[in-house]
Amino acid sequence: MKRFAAALAALVVFSAPVQAATEDVTDHVSNFTLDNGLEVVVIEDHRAPVVVHMLWYRAGSADEPVGQSGVAHFLEHLLFKGTDTLAPGEFSATVAQNGGSDNAFTSFDYTAYFQRVAADRLELMMRMESDRMVNIRLSEEDIATERDVILEERNQRVENSASALFREQKRAVQYLNHRYGVPIIGWRHEMESLDRADALSFYETYYSPNNAILVVAGDVTPDEVRALADRYYGVIPANPDLPKERLRSQEPPQTAARRLTFADPRVAQPYVSRSYLAPERNAGNQKEAAALRILADLLGGGQTAVLAEKLQFDTQTAVYAGAFYNGQSLDATTFDMVVVPTPGVSLQEAEEAMDRVLADFLTEGVDPAHLERIKTQIRAAEIYARDDVQGLANRYGRALTQGLTVADVQAWPEILQAVTAEDVMEAARKVLNPKTSVTGWLMAEEG
Amino acid sequence: MLRKLTLSLITTFALVTPAAAAVNIKPVTSEGGLTAWLVEEPSIPFVALELRFQGGTSLDLPGKTGATNLMVGLLEEGTGDLDARGFARAVEGLAASFDYGAYDDTVTVSARFLSENKDEALALLRGSLVAPRFDEDAVERVREQVLSGIRSDLKSPRDIASREMDQLLFGDHPYSLPQSGTLDTVAALSRDDLLTAHKNALTRDRVYISAVGDITAPELAQLMDDLLGDLPKAETALPGPAATNLPGGAQVVEFETPQSVALFAQAGIERDDPDFFAAFVLDHILGGGSFESRLMQEVREKRGLTYGVSTFLVDKDQAVLWMGSVASANDRVGEAIDVIRDEWAKAAATGVTEKELRDAQTYLTGAYPLRFDSNASIANIMVGMQASGLGLDYIETRNDKVNAVTLADVNRVAKRLLDPDTLTFVVVGQPEGIE
Repeated sequence: MKRFAAALAALVVFSAPVQAATEDVTDHVSNFTLDNGLEVVVIEDHRAPVVVHMLWYRAGSADEPVGQSGVAHFLEHLLFKGTDTLAPGEFSATVAQNGGSDNAFTSFDYTAYFQRVAADRLELMMRMESDRMVNIRLSEEDIATERDVILEERNQRVENSASALFREQKRAVQYLNHRYGVPIIGWRHEMESLDRADALSFYETYYSPNNAILVVAGDVTPDEVRALADRYYGVIPANPDLPKERLRSQEPPQTAARRLTFADPRVAQPYVSRSYLAPERNAGNQKEAAALRILADLLGGGQTAVLAEKLQFDTQTAVYAGAFYNGQSLDATTFDMVVVPTPGVSLQEAEEAMDRVLADFLTEGVDPAHLERIKTQIRAAEIYARDDVQGLANRYGRALTQGLTVADVQAWPEILQAVTAEDVMEAARKVLNPKTSVTGWLMAEEG
Repeated sequence: MLRKLTLSLITTFALVTPAAAAVNIKPVTSEGGLTAWLVEEPSIPFVALELRFQGGTSLDLPGKTGATNLMVGLLEEGTGDLDARGFARAVEGLAASFDYGAYDDTVTVSARFLSENKDEALALLRGSLVAPRFDEDAVERVREQVLSGIRSDLKSPRDIASREMDQLLFGDHPYSLPQSGTLDTVAALSRDDLLTAHKNALTRDRVYISAVGDITAPELAQLMDDLLGDLPKAETALPGPAATNLPGGAQVVEFETPQSVALFAQAGIERDDPDFFAAFVLDHILGGGSFESRLMQEVREKRGLTYGVSTFLVDKDQAVLWMGSVASANDRVGEAIDVIRDEWAKAAATGVTEKELRDAQTYLTGAYPLRFDSNASIANIMVGMQASGLGLDYIETRNDKVNAVTLADVNRVAKRLLDPDTLTFVVVGQPEGIE
């Protein structure tokens, strides 16, 4: 039964694991940069007369000023209010009147806006999206009402869910010094005091063509995109005051294992969650990340993975056990594991069993047949990925806001294929160190 | 952090609204008499295959609630010489993916497999559907997973609301029962119960089939007979129509949590009703159309009372409803509900404007072809169309039907259907100001 695993996986990883491009995908991707610094990626897929237009900013919650957590996401909401020429709500209404749909999302490293429309409406999307890059108008009333909306969003996503509250606390324990420890949506007390000046200051600092990536995917050609992008985005001057570097305080070396317990009567299914700080994919240097990605698949990527084998099949210790690694991150990421014990197995016993599996894996090593199956699936994922052009657009947009290049994205599948059992074990020995672990217990009541 | 809420509250509630676009659907009939809809798309070397078995968890026998769901959870847990782990390894080795789901009206199977090993993948899929092993250790393992899920649902405001609403609406019809069963019924299910559920739910005369990708009509015809030819014919009757109990007002389920979650429901409309498209357009204007809907404007944009409010037409096999949902802090949910009820009454009394109608028609007809943009989504839409009893010509005529709706039609339907007095709320949380 996979559905169970999928539901829990969603609890643990924030963004979906990243797949990579095949040669075939690569054939349909082109990229160029406008004079004002705007980077453009075009992904062709002519099967349907549809286009996805996305604008990504290299600005996320981890770029926020101290004391203003949530302002990146708040600003994302406010970009749907008016500009000099568009009334509040008119942006989305216009997209809808053209049969399209639009939305936006914020993460630690980026904020992105997108529309999905008929291919012949691309120009209108560019006109409106380029307009709100520089021309928003915010009233005090917009601010007050939308702040209530984001507080309700926090209620819905976090306060109403014991496991979301637990994950938030656990992240704060994982990151002592880096802003990844602060929730994207913001701490409630800081969200409550976000004001117009905070939002505009973030906007003026980060929203400019030289801090953005345009991704257009679907039934278009690179020439069409270049002509339109020149006309609408090309005329916006670069911001000379854009911070030269994304200044982020980094984590110090971890010198003590950290633990937390989180109790909430709304918890029906206790579990143990473990994470380790881990290196991310870096431009021109993705080998270690590739080994970690394969390590996660080997340890906890499904029914035949080591954790499932030992804890769900050989023993009935867990109803579910998995491992996750998301290498796409500007700064240090995490390698995560979760064990959901069967009734009658305590969290202590579940954690000890998990640690035994890890210790055994570090001595027993990699099953070559298993490694081969994982590589087969990675190859196939590239074929399946071609069926989802918006997924491909996300892949490039995310990468380019997180310090990778188009070439890095395209090299990733081959780097994964080249990973050896020795690479995996070396990465495992380095990252899965008990002294640099963070372990959390989610439970209904303090035991 | 998405700005807009995408609710997939109750999966089978989503209205399947297929699109036009340049999609060349071929009906295919096998020698064994199975039928399917096919779109050939050889440009990517894989196939997306969708199966929908009619009946679903509604076929659970009395006292055996959850049997179909547990049975479906065990389909990928071994067949023939392969035990659960052997089966999983074999599927991984082919890089195929098979997803099995149990819902109140259907059992769903979504498969995708590579052209290069199509035959091997289909042999595995066939085994899982026709001859699952139901090994004792697998039954116990998956049973524990299902029980864990049920325990979590019992502590989730949204799941509590959904369960309460089903109980309130559907009395003693199978729709009133939780699809995955209860802690007691699932604990008591035997292997024989699973064999019975398998025989009742996976039947070759109640299956809808669609395929998109690198496959031809003759190949698909052969595939269908190979895959499903050995399944039994249905012997159990489908449940009859469900009466719906809609007392109006608000029922509160006390649950300690900061934000109340509310579901609301009133009578719906049958898909073959001459007014269906008018109701569909009206729903879009009222609460189906995301940001531009009246409820989003009034509840979120003007008052900041929620992150998301939406409505949707529910088209189950044995019941139709008009439903919606909203979530607001405990001290504000009362106001949100008042606004929704007022908007309901206002739309019933004074209808919508010509501009709202035009905007809705433009959106609905323009969004139509955008859905047909991948093999997986086309396969999914086509199987849904068949299950809803729509013909092949629906794709070409659907936009015309949306455009044919007049202001008089919408306003007549608003008067006929929208009824604030029977609009019934279930609220889970600690709401203030609701009796």
